[in-house]
Amino acid sequence: MHKEVALGGRIFTPVFVGMATLVGLMVIALGFRFILGLGAVSNMSDGYPWGIWIAYDVVVGSAFACGGYVMALTVYVFNKGKYHPLVRPALLASMFGYTLAGASVMFDIGRYFHAYNLFLPWKINYTSVMLEVALCVTAYIIVLWIEFAPAITSKFKLEKLTKILEKTAFFFIAVGVTLPMMHQSSLGTMMIIAGEKLHPLWQTQMLPLFFLFSALFMGFAMVVFEGSIVSKAYKLGDETTILSKMAKTAVIILSIFILLRVQNLLLNKQVANAFSFDTASITFLMEMLLMCTGLVMLAIKKFRTSPRYLFVGAVLILLGSSLYRFNVYLIAYAPMIGDWSYFPSIGEQIVSYGLIAVEIAAYTFFVKYFAVFTKH
Amino acid sequence: MIFTKKNTKVGDCMDLTGFDNIEDSLPLVERRDFLKFCATITATLALPDTATAEIAQGITNPERLPVIWLSGAECTGCTMALFRTTHPTIEGMIFDLISLDYHAALQNPSGYAAKGHMYDIVEKYAGKFLLVVEGAVPLKDGGIYCRSGGQNFVDTLKKVGSKAAGVIAVGSCAAWGGMPASNMNPTGCVGVKDVLKDTRVIEIPGCPPNPYNLLSTIIHYLTFNKFPAVDHKNRPLFICDRLIHDHCERRPHFDNGRFVREFGDEAHRQGHCLYHIGCKGPVTYGNCPTMQFGDAGAGCWPVAIGHPCFGCNEEGVGFEVPQFEVCDIIHATSPAYHPPVVPNHKKSIGAGEAALMAGVAGAALGAGALFVSSLKSEPIEDNEDEKA
Repeated sequence: MHKEVALGGRIFTPVFVGMATLVGLMVIALGFRFILGLGAVSNMSDGYPWGIWIAYDVVVGSAFACGGYVMALTVYVFNKGKYHPLVRPALLASMFGYTLAGASVMFDIGRYFHAYNLFLPWKINYTSVMLEVALCVTAYIIVLWIEFAPAITSKFKLEKLTKILEKTAFFFIAVGVTLPMMHQSSLGTMMIIAGEKLHPLWQTQMLPLFFLFSALFMGFAMVVFEGSIVSKAYKLGDETTILSKMAKTAVIILSIFILLRVQNLLLNKQVANAFSFDTASITFLMEMLLMCTGLVMLAIKKFRTSPRYLFVGAVLILLGSSLYRFNVYLIAYAPMIGDWSYFPSIGEQIVSYGLIAVEIAAYTFFVKYFAVFTKH
Repeated sequence: MIFTKKNTKVGDCMDLTGFDNIEDSLPLVERRDFLKFCATITATLALPDTATAEIAQGITNPERLPVIWLSGAECTGCTMALFRTTHPTIEGMIFDLISLDYHAALQNPSGYAAKGHMYDIVEKYAGKFLLVVEGAVPLKDGGIYCRSGGQNFVDTLKKVGSKAAGVIAVGSCAAWGGMPASNMNPTGCVGVKDVLKDTRVIEIPGCPPNPYNLLSTIIHYLTFNKFPAVDHKNRPLFICDRLIHDHCERRPHFDNGRFVREFGDEAHRQGHCLYHIGCKGPVTYGNCPTMQFGDAGAGCWPVAIGHPCFGCNEEGVGFEVPQFEVCDIIHATSPAYHPPVVPNHKKSIGAGEAALMAGVAGAALGAGALFVSSLKSEPIEDNEDEKA
């Protein structure tokens, strides 16, 4: 059996300090946001009510955080026990990813102090897909923390609690592999409602399926991405063999995604739009090119088993699929009436970079303080 | 069937024996369609539905009302509009409900055969026939600018009008002079009321008027032997009791300050208020928004199709005030300035914003490249194919 250990070592490394500085800047920007309001910090408007705080931190960020979901799916549902060493690191990244996505929503909504109404059943609009996302993401954040909790409780020697958590783990794991399917597909459903505001290259009834599929292969690609970095950074030994198998799974799911996507474009008669070389067409082609290059790279065994190209392939897939999600939520979106434009302000960017910094800083702290990794 | 021969109580239902009188002359009209027609007329007049029975009996009366239709300085648009009515076959109905004894544009005979018949009717039914006048009356130079049958129109009108039981001036021209009387008025055109000063002239203005307004007025006369209630300009109240503005389907846009500024702009495409491109709805009385026009269904009157009302129902407005001049508001004044319908929110990308993003992207790319170069590029020939 694998046994996770805390890595130990210095907490205040240069990376940690750098990240903490970024977090400090974010806190200042958020101070302005909460004291002076959204308009003082962000470029969001009535035309673009969703900026990068939603498009990046929630939509792309939560897909990046699907590593925990796909690993739980692989290990517990498909019963591939040998991948167990990858579960806890992926879970940790997912936990921060989702928690910060949830936090980002709180920055983004104008009257955050009304947010508690989401959880009062008598105030709920039961037909809202946004509600589904909000409740489901909240539930999933809680589940992720419970799933990770044994690492924390065992650190503080809370034997009884650890035992209870381990005994009930099956329930939370089961919930944990169900919830992302719900809200990741709902993230796609949300933009179906946008109707003609979304460019026809992306607008389709298939959006929920596309978002679910992209969450899956982005999760696997993220496991490869994180695994490559941490195994090198913390000298955990070579993990290429196990990671390349994750890459193989990503390739299968990504090929299905691309097939469905192309078939859907043909059905919707969007081929001419795809090659019209306007802004939409160019971003579409970029997105497809990135994903396909990554796909081809990881499909070839020679590249897949090379640590360098394995990493590059995973990054290309992540970039392509992030661009896909950015396109759906921001770039290919145009308000119906009026001349509106949006580019993230410095304040918005600082908050988004700060959230990434929180994630990295917390990750480095957690892997040193709690038992996350399995040493070879 | 609600209407049966057994039940003859007028008010609840009707005795349909009257229909037999006209059935032969209306081979294509079924009893049911006929009753629907009567109900439509009743509704247009805003009468209680019990009046349907009375109207049906008035219509089926074998003694048909003689009607003489005189045409002055006009374009025949009113006649054309009348004969575009459809439910149920109005052109057939109108000849059989009334006895249209003279209509220059529709009759077959000409010359003395026509004029002679007209004067026969005028003599025979003196004080009993209905006169409908379409078109203005030129008075300049003794009225020589509109002649027919060797007689100036003004003289014909005086001769016939003095013996009519009732006079209906149909269209803006007959009402006050309309288009021929517009600024300059080279032929000195006036309305019928200025010629037949001793007779009460019912006016149904409009260019052209809604044919159902005329039809309803005539049938009201047929049924009750009197004209419907009128306003101070002798226009039937069922037509002109409210401003077009008050019932306009675009009124909410007016109230919310959403105005079209020019034809084809975004507000125009969105169907916003036409006030600022000269709509005269706020100063014109009429039932256009509720009646619509021409049986083409909803959304088929000038304002609905996107053109401002030009006030053809209102003397001193239609053909007087320039078409695109903004009129005053009778009931409430709207502010002169409103926020634009399509505000420009375009912001150029700030140099700092772009630089920050480019910097971060560049740093990430650099760090990535550095990291990639530190990774081994040779394949790890491990145990990928090993079965777990």
